[in-house]
Amino acid sequence: MNLTLKVWRQKDAKDKGGLETYQIKEVSEHSSFLEMLDMLNEQLINEGKEPVAFDHDCREGICGMCSLYINGEAHGPDRGVTTCQLHMRMFKDGDTIFIEPFRSKAFPVLKDLIVDRGSFERIQQAGGFISVNTSGNTQDANALPIAKPMADKAMDAATCIGCGACVATCKNSSAMLFVAAKVSQFSYLPQGQIERKERVLNMVEQMDKEGFGNCTNTGACEVECPKGISLEFIARMNSEYLSASIKSEN
Amino acid sequence: MSKGISSTSVGRKVLMALSGFFLMFFLLQHLLINMLSIISVDAFNEVSEFMGTNPLIQFALQPVLFFGIIFHLIMGMRLELQNRKARPIQYAMNKPSENASWMSRNMIITGVMIMLFMALHMVDFFLPTINAHYITHEHLDSFGMVAAKFANPVYVGIYLVAFVFLALHLMHGFQSAFQSVGFNHKKYTPTLKKLGTLYAILVPLGYAIVAIFHFVNSL
Repeated sequence: MNLTLKVWRQKDAKDKGGLETYQIKEVSEHSSFLEMLDMLNEQLINEGKEPVAFDHDCREGICGMCSLYINGEAHGPDRGVTTCQLHMRMFKDGDTIFIEPFRSKAFPVLKDLIVDRGSFERIQQAGGFISVNTSGNTQDANALPIAKPMADKAMDAATCIGCGACVATCKNSSAMLFVAAKVSQFSYLPQGQIERKERVLNMVEQMDKEGFGNCTNTGACEVECPKGISLEFIARMNSEYLSASIKSEN
Repeated sequence: MSKGISSTSVGRKVLMALSGFFLMFFLLQHLLINMLSIISVDAFNEVSEFMGTNPLIQFALQPVLFFGIIFHLIMGMRLELQNRKARPIQYAMNKPSENASWMSRNMIITGVMIMLFMALHMVDFFLPTINAHYITHEHLDSFGMVAAKFANPVYVGIYLVAFVFLALHLMHGFQSAFQSVGFNHKKYTPTLKKLGTLYAILVPLGYAIVAIFHFVNSL
């Protein structure tokens, strides 16, 4: 298939940037979107031009690096997939495809299609962990009995790969789905109870500091999330937060 | 609480939801009194007189209501401004309708339209009531006032349009409020969403029926 690509090009974080138009020919419908971008970059290198910078790592749908907003949707028109799992058969011969970086004040563009998602890291550092003794006397995790439904819920939340599609797609650039998943995964488990209150308070505080918007429950994040993280976790975070802030002695 | 609850994003959405619950309860109560104007002129006048003169309602509940309305409006606008700032550069190509309903994305538009209507509604009904009860001390014929206003087709038209905006606002608002206070349950939420749609249709429809009834009656 032959395609017209409108790709966001930006030299560095300070550059204003803009859309550039490229033509690409003979793309296989079986190739992935990232393979198509590899083809484009080969073409640009052969023409002596600067290749398009884009993030990618595992190409198996689990690293969450490929932060692309394709034709008006995070990770493109398919559901439950990252960009590497998006196949070119989702497009038609002759299509024009817009490729933009994820947009949010908290995700500044570094170059072309690469954004800085350090804000997610800082939210994690604020409370997305459990403190365990790793001196060699660590208790075997299996020694703690956990009910299957609880373990399943925790796992559902833990499938979040922190890709940022929720922020990119939310009309408010809200990070609530990400933070909710990271808060919830521990809240179901006994290991997460000790720091439960501070965790939600600190992570929400950091989320606000980073400049993400407020959640208005549109549900767009849940639809675009490649891992199908449910809005149920945002409700859980809200109740965790309420309970923690009421009981907090600070 | 370390800081005021309104200083965090989660706290603000909880406050929006709580004021929303309060306003939804008020809407239902207001509608029930309006319905009386269809059933019995005397009963409607009697209840209107009670609502307009009872000190508990006038000096305790009414100020709470005004606070609730203004709070919901100002907080909604503040959130909207913050949310806009969170994405300084917009997408060149965006398809928001692919993953979220129009109602959920446009609460600020439907909300502001409802508030504009409220201003008109205050001038139409609230100010004449206050004037009669506290300034001129004349007897107020509440039913007569309602019947006279809704004899005007332009007024009926404006009110009907406002009720459509109200319905659109409630379609998202009802179920969203439960989510914001942390209630999302696999078993109950689907029913709650249906209940929300029913509320969002029936309540504005009830208001519309009252307006149309008085217009038809005036012909």
